Amino acid sequence: MLLFLEQCLNGLQFGLLLFLLAAGLTLVFGIMDMVNLAHGSLYMVGAYFAATFVALTDSFLIGAILALGATILVGMAVEVVALRRLYGRDHLDHVLGTFGLILFFNEAVRIVWGPAGLTLRLPDWLNTSVRVLPGLDYPTYRIAIIVTALLVALFLYVLVMRTRIGMLIRAGATNREMTGALGVNINLLYTLVFGLGAALAALAGLMQAPIQTVQIGMGENILILAFVVIIIGGIGSIRGAFIAAIMVGLIDTIGRAFLPDILRLMLSSRSASTVAPALSSMLIYLVMAIVLVVRPAGLFPVAGK
Amino acid sequence: MTHWLTPRNVVVAGLLLFLALVPAYVAVTGNAFLMTLFTRIVILAIAATSLNLILGYGGMVSFGHAVYLGVGGYAVGILAYEGIASGLVQWPVAIAVSALLALIVGALSLRTRGVYFIMITLAFAQLVYYFGVGLDRYGADDGLTVYRRSQFGDLVNLSNRTVFYYLCLLLLVGTIYLVWRLINSRFGMVVQGARSNDRRMRAIGFPTYRYRLTCFVIAGALCGLAGALLANHTGFISPATMHWTRSGDLIVMVVLGGMASAFGPLIGAVTLLVLEELLPVLIRLLASGVVEPQVAVKVAEYWQVVLGPLFLLVVLFARGGINGLLEGTRRG
Repeated sequence: MLLFLEQCLNGLQFGLLLFLLAAGLTLVFGIMDMVNLAHGSLYMVGAYFAATFVALTDSFLIGAILALGATILVGMAVEVVALRRLYGRDHLDHVLGTFGLILFFNEAVRIVWGPAGLTLRLPDWLNTSVRVLPGLDYPTYRIAIIVTALLVALFLYVLVMRTRIGMLIRAGATNREMTGALGVNINLLYTLVFGLGAALAALAGLMQAPIQTVQIGMGENILILAFVVIIIGGIGSIRGAFIAAIMVGLIDTIGRAFLPDILRLMLSSRSASTVAPALSSMLIYLVMAIVLVVRPAGLFPVAGK
Repeated sequence: MTHWLTPRNVVVAGLLLFLALVPAYVAVTGNAFLMTLFTRIVILAIAATSLNLILGYGGMVSFGHAVYLGVGGYAVGILAYEGIASGLVQWPVAIAVSALLALIVGALSLRTRGVYFIMITLAFAQLVYYFGVGLDRYGADDGLTVYRRSQFGDLVNLSNRTVFYYLCLLLLVGTIYLVWRLINSRFGMVVQGARSNDRRMRAIGFPTYRYRLTCFVIAGALCGLAGALLANHTGFISPATMHWTRSGDLIVMVVLGGMASAFGPLIGAVTLLVLEELLPVLIRLLASGVVEPQVAVKVAEYWQVVLGPLFLLVVLFARGGINGLLEGTRRG
């Protein structure tokens, strides 16, 4: 039972991480109508920046803040140089153009940081554990991720629904021309939204960095999961992304944790350890397929999309 | 109709002639690598042509087309592993299994539109990819070696590389012809009509869902055949064949060559794969003029940093792909 609770917490943590990534994706998609495959590259770049700056400054927090800033700059530069020209084009053009950006980023990272992965060491004050329940110790760092992501979710909600900037963002999503005609600088707004998306991706990347190795291509698999999240949640809906992300995180983690044991009842233990991870990965896509068959526009469809 | 001697026709004719002469050139120079490269190009051109049928003409952006390459390949690999070496069994099974998978994926995916369609085809592709990873008996993640090429008795001997190359080329020309005939038939007109305006097509009485689904299944089956060829060519099949980036490569070939054009995917496949071989060499030559040779070799390793932005440029400035550039602005 305690093991199950621990895995639920792990699932929640992974889900919230996915939410950070998916929120940026869904913002960019909902507002600019843009499929951005290069979002995973920003996640990767964020992690690399974090590993570098933390090593340079010897401080996790300062390094993290520098990495966020640097990734926002990279994201905005990409938007201004390349992606801005793709708005209003076919989705196929987005897929192709940003697919090219993935190749570019992977290679650029290889040039700058070399082919070997980096590790980001946790500072001592985060490398502890907290007694969540009697008999259940849980790493402080993972709790920090959960709390940070929840705060970001709250911040996003307030930003989009309660502030003037959020009003402009929503207005721009509903009718680009009309908002522009009323005197809002749409280009600047879009660049800012893209920067916000890049910041969220970088935050996810740098928080994941101490748990996994920082390596080339790390953004690609998680990007597909983030796409699954925004599709299940309904494209453009931050609320949908939040619920779907937690759902996907839980399914993935709990599947990985318990499927091997269940399969061992039926298969040899060697086969079970091959089949189980594959099966739990399949589970997510199965859920997505079922959701789309039942509700072709996701769980929380955004009107007019 | 304009005169037949257009730049595009000249290029296509030259390309076909070149492909037909590759074995002769290899026989003279003994450059076996060129043979391997072009067999691969021809096989992937079949896959790209099948993708063009749904993506270019049908407007169905499938982001999981490489899965049929994998399924066709696994059909050959698994049957060979289980001791059934006859190509007369292997190839029809490869085609049938791919068609069946396309039927299931298409039936569910075609209920959605736009980005949702792109993403659901991707999701199904991931599903099959992980299924391949979980195939414990057949090598799982490491893949499966195909020790023997498909056996066709006295009919053809695929172990002969020249024979195999010409068979692939023949199948490529057959595929292009088939797609061309399909597109210019009543069936093809309905599929293209549904791309332009699905609602209007349904309003005048066409059950477009069935037409689009049939089109999707045909494309899957053709790509399954390409997969069977690919497994024979490389003697190996693994889940990596079905990775989503491979599906991305197929899309790149179609768009680079020119969507909704008969020879576009072939042009795209040749361009992309030859570019992948030539770019490192080109960069090394350019760089060796500026820096020392050892450094130039190192610089050339990073050729993908050029290839990526190249895709972006094609998207931005060459909407009809290479085919469109050759034709000029006929379609507007």
